[in-house]
Amino acid sequence: MEIFGVPIQAFLGQLLLGLVNGSFYAMLSLGLAVIFGLLNIINFSHGALYMMGAYVAFLALDLLGLGFWWSLALAPLIVGGFGIIIERLLMRWIYKLDHLYGLLLTFGLALIIEGVYRYFFGVSGQPYPVPDALRGATDLGFMILPNYRAFVVLASLIVCLGTWYVIERTRLGAYLRAGTENPQLVQAFGVNVPLMVTLTFGFGVALAAIGGVLAAPVIQINPLMGSNIIIVVFAVVVIGGMGSILGSILTGLGLGVIEGLAKVYYAEASSTVVFVIMAIVLMVRPAGLFGKEK
Amino acid sequence: MTTAVEFLRITDLHAFYGESHILHGVDLSVNRGEVVTLLGRNGAGRTTTLKSILGLVGHRSGSIMINGREAIGLPPHKIAHLGIGYCPEERGIFSSLSCEENLLLPPVVASTGLSVDEIYDMFPNLKERRMSQGTRLSGGEQQMLAVARILRTGAQLLLLDEISEGLAPVIVQALGRTIRMLREKGYTIVMVEQNFRFAAPLADRFYVMEHGRIVEAFSAGEMRSKMGMLHEFLGI
Repeated sequence: MEIFGVPIQAFLGQLLLGLVNGSFYAMLSLGLAVIFGLLNIINFSHGALYMMGAYVAFLALDLLGLGFWWSLALAPLIVGGFGIIIERLLMRWIYKLDHLYGLLLTFGLALIIEGVYRYFFGVSGQPYPVPDALRGATDLGFMILPNYRAFVVLASLIVCLGTWYVIERTRLGAYLRAGTENPQLVQAFGVNVPLMVTLTFGFGVALAAIGGVLAAPVIQINPLMGSNIIIVVFAVVVIGGMGSILGSILTGLGLGVIEGLAKVYYAEASSTVVFVIMAIVLMVRPAGLFGKEK
Repeated sequence: MTTAVEFLRITDLHAFYGESHILHGVDLSVNRGEVVTLLGRNGAGRTTTLKSILGLVGHRSGSIMINGREAIGLPPHKIAHLGIGYCPEERGIFSSLSCEENLLLPPVVASTGLSVDEIYDMFPNLKERRMSQGTRLSGGEQQMLAVARILRTGAQLLLLDEISEGLAPVIVQALGRTIRMLREKGYTIVMVEQNFRFAAPLADRFYVMEHGRIVEAFSAGEMRSKMGMLHEFLGI
């Protein structure tokens, strides 16, 4: 059986690869969206923090013998904590300034973090094993489904939808949404907005760290892995609409799939298709697919 | 009438937005259970006075005693917990929250607040529209919501900024009834009002502001003899 001249096995395989990539896009752009919404900062260090998450997994295994599941719990805490320190020490001072300063600060941070990791680990990739429980593949009859890849898609969906639920359906989320609109008034009502800002940044960073751990077994861990993915993720954020929660999740997954299918049908376009879509979307809807015009 | 207990005392309050010096030594006091109105032209410093009480200005100095506690050095989120509810001039209804989420947003600061059911009895429209997006409500409903949501928190001192502005007369009358009822329930209210005819029958006392200072203070009983002065200051 073929779909537009492509064997269905290859088609479904690329579709799954696209979904896996899309899962990382979704988790990273979701973190960016949450941070941008409340802090008004375009966090260029997000890719470096994602890379730090992957290295927590690598080092935990290499130095302490702690496996994947430990890392999945530890990395968001460690890297999220690092994010909280950055927010308290550095970002606090620039909220009232133009976006450009936040962008420069976080871009500089990304360069420093990546530089430090390159100093210690070089630029060659480090392999990371797939956890035992998720080795192998399941034969679905119409395709062979690698267990770990299916797990990545599922885990990312759970994390993303859980985040969406908390933000859109709970009281805590109502504070967050209200704080995004009018932080001064929310604080006048008695909510500790500065603390909320710090924790939100920590949470967005923790999402990046989870992404890094999930990515560790499917890519080569290296200090530049963040810079490679972050450019696409920014395109995802722009297409989805700056600050839109659902927009970043759906656009992340969708663009991963489109990228994957481009590899099947016209491989030369697979690395540019996202940016072509970005250009078209910006022409038709400058605020992004899910963004609100201001 | 029982002896007056002071709820709010402001002494020599100066407030700044960046480089601009807005309040130049404001002194005023409000007793528990009183309704006090700040009158004055636009730009006289009335809204800034309310915002200064809440700590929402760039910098402020002087003294603000709320319920016996000094608030001048506190961050805004702690000031609210001294028992203050704030209804801003632009109403501050959040568009990303439903009507009911707006109502439930302000944290409870004291156990004396109204329950959601009591609030819906007072404002049946809000119950009908509780699932609507906050900013889809009519101007009048948004104003009701902005007042209603601070009644839930148990705040005893309500700061109401221009609540009658831009609303149909029938809504303004309903708001007047609400204020009267709140006064009967023992709330302490500081209102900023442009609409003198709305404020006049509601307030116990009035302060007139000009150029960031209090220039006149009088009680409701003295109003008749002050009309000449009010014409001069407010052009009414």
